[in-house]
Parts: sequence; structure tokens; C-alpha cells
Amino acid sequence: MINFIVRRLGMVVLMFVLVSMLIFSLTQVLPGDVTTMVLGRFASEQAKAELRSELGLDRSLPVQYGTWLADFARGDWGTSVSLRSEIGPLIWSRLVNSTYLAFVGLMMFAPLGIVLGLFAGLRRGTWIDNGLSIGSLAFIGLPEFVTGLALISLLAIQLDWLPASSAIPPGANFFEILPKLILPGMTVALTSLAYVIRMTRASTVEVMKTDYVRTARLKGLPPHKVLFGHVLRNALLPTVTVIAVSIGWLVGGLIITESLFGYPGLGRLVLSAVQRRDLPLIQATTMVIVVIVMLSNLAADIIYAYLNPRIRY
Amino acid sequence: MDATRHTSAILSVSGLSIEYRTERGTLPAVRNATLDIAPQQSLGLVGESGSGKSTLAMGALRYLPENGRIVDGTVRLRGTDLASLSPGELREIWGGQVGIIYQNPLGALNPSLTIGRQLREMGTLHLGLGKRDAFRLGQEMLTKVAMPDPESVLRRYPHQLSGGMLQRCVIAMALMTEPSLLIMDEPTTALDVTTQAVVLDLVRELKRDLQAAILYITHDLGVVARICDRIAVMYAGEIVEMAPTRALFKRPRHPYSLSLLGCVPHFDLSAEKRTLVTITGAIPHLDALPPGCIFAPRCRFARERCTASPPPLTEIEPGRSCACYRWSEVPPPEDEVGEQTRVIRTRGAGVPTGDVLLQADDVYVALKASGRSLELRRQKARVHAVDGVSAFIRPGDTLGLVGESGSGKTTFARAIVGLTERTGGQVVLRGRQLEGTVEKRPKEVVREIQMVFQNPDASLNPRHTVGEEIGRPLSLLRGVRGREREQLIGDLLASVNLPANYSRRYPGELSGGEKQRVAIARACAADPALILCDEPISSLDVSVQGTLMNLLMDRQAQAGTTFLFISHDLSAVEHMSDAIAVMYLGRLMELGPTAEVMRPPFHPYTEALLSALPVPDPDVVQDEIRLGGVVPSATEVPTGCRFHTRCPRCLGELCVRQEPPWQPVGSSHWIYCHIPSAELAADQVGILDRQQGLDSREASR
Repeated sequence: MINFIVRRLGMVVLMFVLVSMLIFSLTQVLPGDVTTMVLGRFASEQAKAELRSELGLDRSLPVQYGTWLADFARGDWGTSVSLRSEIGPLIWSRLVNSTYLAFVGLMMFAPLGIVLGLFAGLRRGTWIDNGLSIGSLAFIGLPEFVTGLALISLLAIQLDWLPASSAIPPGANFFEILPKLILPGMTVALTSLAYVIRMTRASTVEVMKTDYVRTARLKGLPPHKVLFGHVLRNALLPTVTVIAVSIGWLVGGLIITESLFGYPGLGRLVLSAVQRRDLPLIQATTMVIVVIVMLSNLAADIIYAYLNPRIRY
Repeated sequence: MDATRHTSAILSVSGLSIEYRTERGTLPAVRNATLDIAPQQSLGLVGESGSGKSTLAMGALRYLPENGRIVDGTVRLRGTDLASLSPGELREIWGGQVGIIYQNPLGALNPSLTIGRQLREMGTLHLGLGKRDAFRLGQEMLTKVAMPDPESVLRRYPHQLSGGMLQRCVIAMALMTEPSLLIMDEPTTALDVTTQAVVLDLVRELKRDLQAAILYITHDLGVVARICDRIAVMYAGEIVEMAPTRALFKRPRHPYSLSLLGCVPHFDLSAEKRTLVTITGAIPHLDALPPGCIFAPRCRFARERCTASPPPLTEIEPGRSCACYRWSEVPPPEDEVGEQTRVIRTRGAGVPTGDVLLQADDVYVALKASGRSLELRRQKARVHAVDGVSAFIRPGDTLGLVGESGSGKTTFARAIVGLTERTGGQVVLRGRQLEGTVEKRPKEVVREIQMVFQNPDASLNPRHTVGEEIGRPLSLLRGVRGREREQLIGDLLASVNLPANYSRRYPGELSGGEKQRVAIARACAADPALILCDEPISSLDVSVQGTLMNLLMDRQAQAGTTFLFISHDLSAVEHMSDAIAVMYLGRLMELGPTAEVMRPPFHPYTEALLSALPVPDPDVVQDEIRLGGVVPSATEVPTGCRFHTRCPRCLGELCVRQEPPWQPVGSSHWIYCHIPSAELAADQVGILDRQQGLDSREASR
């Protein structure tokens, strides 16, 4: 098991290096000149050249990449060109906010999705199963801006139970902002819930058909022991992995939801960085998101290996 | 008398009928089944797939899928009517009083729980033991089923154990609660012959030591002959005959039992190649059962009365019942061989000696180690799947190739046909050296060697019609087109006894036996000199196996086709072949004419295979030579004689250190062994000699 984790970690590092090269070179070919962006169209060539050397843009690409990666690793992520502030603390506060939202969303869809999926799988062919299948199919196709707007108009505007805007003061703690997290959390959860239900249902149906479940039943085990002792562990294997993988997206990829609710998370930061062609900020945010996605994939691998003795090699 | 029988019986089923509700209507899967089993008795439930064996056994326990239900009859277990029990009480019976052993032990055990955890459960659930005591009992049970190193097995997961060990775990699990009834559902079907023999020994021992009654479900007549006291023959949902084992084998009274015995090879070492008795037609569908006797449409003894009303299962002599109006006219099986089968020719008399069609010289195939084991990859390990095999096939002959799974039989065949490139040696066809792969071989050579694969589902393209499938080799290899092609497709279908209109069907519309016939027709379409048959019958029902073996034999008689017949089933190989090659771990152990290889002196490995073979004749007495362990990994072939790690006759140092010589025995028979053939001959007894020896001894008393 240790051996397995070490090897996976090695692969994460390798992947990180490759992705960092990609990010670095992608921003190089991005349209638009940084200096023009910052200084305006009518800036003098000399001012542009000064800014270039200030940003290190006049050096060769490998050198630029090397210094950039070294700075990044040291935690020196530079200054945002558009916001004129240190990138490190900026990303950190957004990351904390994103983690709050991801946690709330996850808590809303993961347990519920698993329970509903199991229920549908165990009661295959009944009206509950059919209802859940149709319902989840309907939601799986709805984009976040539709579900989000629907939730806002229903819960915030008509019923006035929850705030429609999720703008929060910087540095607020989790419990202060919790009411503002519920609507965006629900928006995120609705999309993933359907997915988790369908996945859990499918694997439960599959596991219920296996010979070992027949063995367990014919051992004389009561239904709850068959379920918890023999079905659950095997049936949840794919679901748990998918949920772990989705953490990366929840933390770093909620651009639409965060924009819709005006929530200051990582996703919105990426969006504004791209809109303003803020090169250092684009690089830093992308790198952070890449690390989060890779770590959540690593977590998924480890959980999968832990639950499934067959792949511990 | 009837009442006493019921009270003494452990399981007593009477008039049981089970139905499945499906979209096509109600299917009566089991009808009016009556049987009982006394303590220490074993009843074999025999029948082909779809006969309702498992439904009967599981339905008796009230374990049916949601659409199945018991419509009539009673089931008593030690006097308790199971129908009267609540679900909770029923669960106490399941596992508590009835232990079940399944066909596929790997599937029957939970992949993510240790063996210990799965055994323990039985003790905590039914015996009220604490976890530690239950665990200890599990260890005790593993010891009882002769599991090597039970302590470490308890900590392992199912995927870490071999098939034979897993089945022992399942048996140990069933025995934890000392059940009064054991249901064994094809427990050895998924295992190798040698492993099967070990498990069957275990079942026999358990039968002797335990009080339990055993219901043994199988399609394998050889196995019931070895294990069971009585046999119930099932056909399309009904028990058609019930008799003591020996009586049934010596004098079957139901025409179906008779045909079933006739369509399996009998390992009689006859000098002729003979066809088997076949059953025409197929098992009727449950939604279209014939009005009279269900077997009547396929029965050659059927008269008007048989099709008018169904014959009841009646007692024809004490302890024997049969559902046939004409049971007294059913001939003994010996007569069938003379009347219902044809002699193809004398064995080994295909062609003048000395003539060779295909010669393999020192063929090696090393495959890259698959799997993701880091260790193996680091060593750049190679699997020596075929490790220096030399053999030859005479034109018009059949060479049988036997060995346990993992012995390299299939890889050898693939190297000959050119699907897997050999890494050394020569393959020579009619004096012409063959290139390593199909791609490099000229069309003419490709046409000459064709192959029939084990699994017709995988080897037939589901999107091609039967006609396209058979027509491809016709146009690609023989350049036949247009009307002539259609004509030939029809002829080929006819040669495998399929109607011409099958050419428009898709594989999905065919039964397993029909698919394999199409595969044979496709192989024949190229008009090859040699057809390699890789386990062509293993996945099929016994009656279908018989038909296919006849088909191959007829093809040989008519077109003079040469066959390499690969099988793990020694009796099928004995039946089909003029010569036999025995393979172990990538190398041949013995090669020679069938009659010589199957009689002493033989290689110790051949001896062990023969000893493990379940001969479908309860009178045959076999030596109990059992091979321990499993076939070693082909990445680490043992030193010296590669069989020494499992050989019961291993001489010690010599066999461990030195590769054995190829000893010639007679003109065209070789044994790869250090022990001189004369010594082997003196010490070994042939299967059939033992029986004759016993008979004569008994007669002289």
C-alpha cells in the first residue's frame, strides 16, 4: 500500500511538471501583449520595454520558465497586474471561500445521492426507482445557470428565505456566511446529485446480481447485514471514486455558479484574470487548480485501492 | 412404507412445481418433481442446461428470483414444511441447516472481504459464537478440508487463491454449521481436471464422515458416477428417471438417459474411431411443451401413445422409477454402440506411416509478462508459454493435445496458425517452412491451416450474417464469387447440419451449438488441409458436444481433413484422436499413438491425468494419484524436469537437476522422463485393466 502511494505521488509530481510547462507555454501564446494591457495602447516603446524587463519578459523562455516555477514553488507568486496586489494572499483567501462552498455542496449531494441511489438500486423496477431515474435524468441536462436562476427566483425572491447574493466580506468565518452558501451549494449539488444517484443505482443493481450476494443471502444473513456487510462496500466503490475526483472541480471549477451568485471563490478569480489578461494571476490560479485536481485524483486512487483489495499491487 | 421414508429422509420434495412469470407468459420451469434424500446419501441431479436442475434445488429452498414462484407441492427438511416458515425462520435454515457449494468459487466469495471474515460470519450468525471463536472454528474447518496453511488463508482475499483452494474455502464455509443437507451446484465444473479430482475426493470423504445428505447437481455423467448413490435425470423441467447409480449406468430405462449416456465418450480404448449416439433436435422451449411425453419429439422409441398423453413417473422396480411407456423395450447401452453409431475407421490408419503433414520442430513462444505486477515488469520477465515443443501430425489423422489450463496448448496452436509469432523453432507444412505470422504467409498457406476457437460468441462477428462469415474465407482465400459462392455457403451449412436459410441469420439468433457449427463451417470453407480445434466443445452441453464430435469425425472421413484437437477433457481427446500429445508447462511430456499413450507405460503426468479423469462408469476403479498444488508460473519454470515439483514418482536429485531424456517406447511413442519405461510399465496399471483385473478376481472367488 505504501509502495502504491509513493508511486502515485511520483506520478503526480511528474504530471505537475508537465502541466506547469503547458500552462507556461499557453500563456506565452495568449493573444494580446501584457505591456499594452497594462500601460494602454498609447504607451511609449521605452515604457513598454521597461515593464518587460521588470516582468522578466526579455529573457529567454527556458530561463523565464525556470524562475517562474522556482518562484511558484517558493510561494512567491508575484503581483497581479490588474489588481495591483500580492497574488499569494489573494488566492489563499479565495481558496478558503471555495473550500467552504465545495464542502457545503458536497455535503448536500454526496450522502443524499448515495442513499437515493442505493434505494433505487435495491428497489429496482418500482415506482420509486422509476421516479428517481426520470427525475435525475431531467436534472442531469440542466446547466447551472438555469437551476441557479430557478432557485434564486423561488427561494430568494418569491419565498424570501435565503439571500440571492452571496457576496461576502473578506475574512468572514464559515458560520457567518453559511446562509449565503446554501443557494450556490444547492445549485452545485443539483447537478451532481443526479449523477451520483445514477452511478450508485447502476453499481448497486450490478452488485445485487453477483454470486457473492447470493452466497451472502443463502448464508441466512438478514437483509441489513447483506446490505452493509456485502453490498455496500462493492457498490459504493465507483461512486466514492467519482465523488473524490469531483472535489477538484468543486473547489476550482465553479466559474458559472460563483459568477451567478457573486461569490468570491477561485472560479471567479480565474474568470476575471482571463478577462483582464492578467498573466501572472492566470498562471498562479491555474497552477493552484491543477494541484487541487491532481490531489483529489490521488485521493480517489488511494480510496479506491483501500476499498478494493484486488488492485493493491 | 412411504411414511417411514419421509420421516427418515433429510430432504423430501414431493410434487414440486415452479413457474417463472415472464413477458412471454408463464414458464413452468419445474413440474411435479418428487425426490428424497436420506442421511449420508447423495443424490445426483443430472441434466443439460435449461433442464431446471438449479431451479429445482433453489426453489426447494424457497430461494427464487422475484418472478419465480412455487405453484404446487411440498418441501420438507427433516420433517419441517418449508412453506410454513417465516422469512426469519427460513434464514435460519439457509446456512444453518443447508450448506450450499457453488459452481464458480471465485464469484461466490466477496472480493473485498478476507476469507476469515466470510467464514466467521457463519459462526457468529448461526452458532452464536463470538468473533474470535467463530474465526477459530473457520480455521478448524479449513484444516478439515485439507487446506494447506489455513492460518494465512484466513487473512487472504479471494483473488489471491487458486480455484481449487477457493472451492475448499466455500466447502469449509458450508460445513461451519454442520448442516444436515449439502447442495452442490456443479462444484467442480470451473476447475481443472486434476483439481476437480482433489475436490471430488474431499466430497467423498465428507460424505463418509458426515451425517449430511448431499444433493449434487451436475451435467457431467463422469462425476455422478464417482460421487452419487442415486441419480435423478431431469429433462425440460421434469424428472424422467430416478435410479441407483450403478443400475442407471448399466441399464438406463428412459430413452433420454440412454441417449445421454450414449453421447459422451466412454474411454473404452477401442481400436476404431466411432461416432457417438446423438439426440436429434433440441430441448423444447418451456412455453411450447409438447402435449404428450416431453421427450417424444426427439425419441426414436416414441409411438402414438407417447404423443397423446404424458407418461407418469412410475415405480418400475423397487427404488427405481421412470416416466416412459416403453421403458421395458429400451435396449442396454452396449447394443446402442453397435446399432446407433458408425465406425469411421481404425485408429491411426489414416495414411501410410512415415507420411507427415505438419511438423513442429522445437517451437518456442515467449510472451511478454502481462499483468501489472511491478516485479515482473522490472525483471522484464517473459512467459515461456511454449518452451521447446516438437510434434508431428500425419495427414488425415487427429492429434489430440491435452494438459491442464496454463500448459500452453492454445499458444502452441496459435503459433502454428500464425496468430502468435513463435520466438524459436520451425513449423513445416508438407516440407515447406512456414513464416511466423499469418501476415507474412502467402494466401495459399493461410488457406491450408484454419482454426476453430473455444468461444464461438467471441470468434463470430455479431454484425456479420452467417453467410458473410462463411463467405469471407471463400472469396478471400479461394476467390469464389457470385452464385458459386452462394452455392458453396449452402453446401457448407448442410455439411454441419444447418439449413441453408441460416446464412441470413446473425450469430445472436443462434444457440451455442449452432454458433460453433458455423465456426466449423467457416474453418472448412477455406478447404484447409489442417484444422486446429481449440477446446471446440468445452462450453457446450453434452448432447451438443457429441453432435459436434461426430461432425468433425465425418468431415475427416469425407474430406480427409487433418485435425489438431485441443482439450482438457481426456475422454474427448481419447475418443477423437489417432495420436495424443500430453503437454505440461510449455513442453510435451509424452507423444504417441492413442492406444499406447493411454496404456502403461505412460508418463507420470499422463498417469495423474488419467487417474483424475471422471470415467462415466461406476465400475471402473481408478488409482488415486493426485497432483498437489497448481501448475507453476511459466515465468519461473522449475529446474531439471519441470514436472518434478508435482510429480508423485519424482526420483529426487536427478529429476531436480537434470532435464529428462526423450525415451522411445515402441516405434512412434516417446516419454519425457528419467524413469526407464520398463520400470514405469511394471508399476503402472491402466484404467480399464484394473476393472478387468477386479472382475476376474471377483469371479474366481
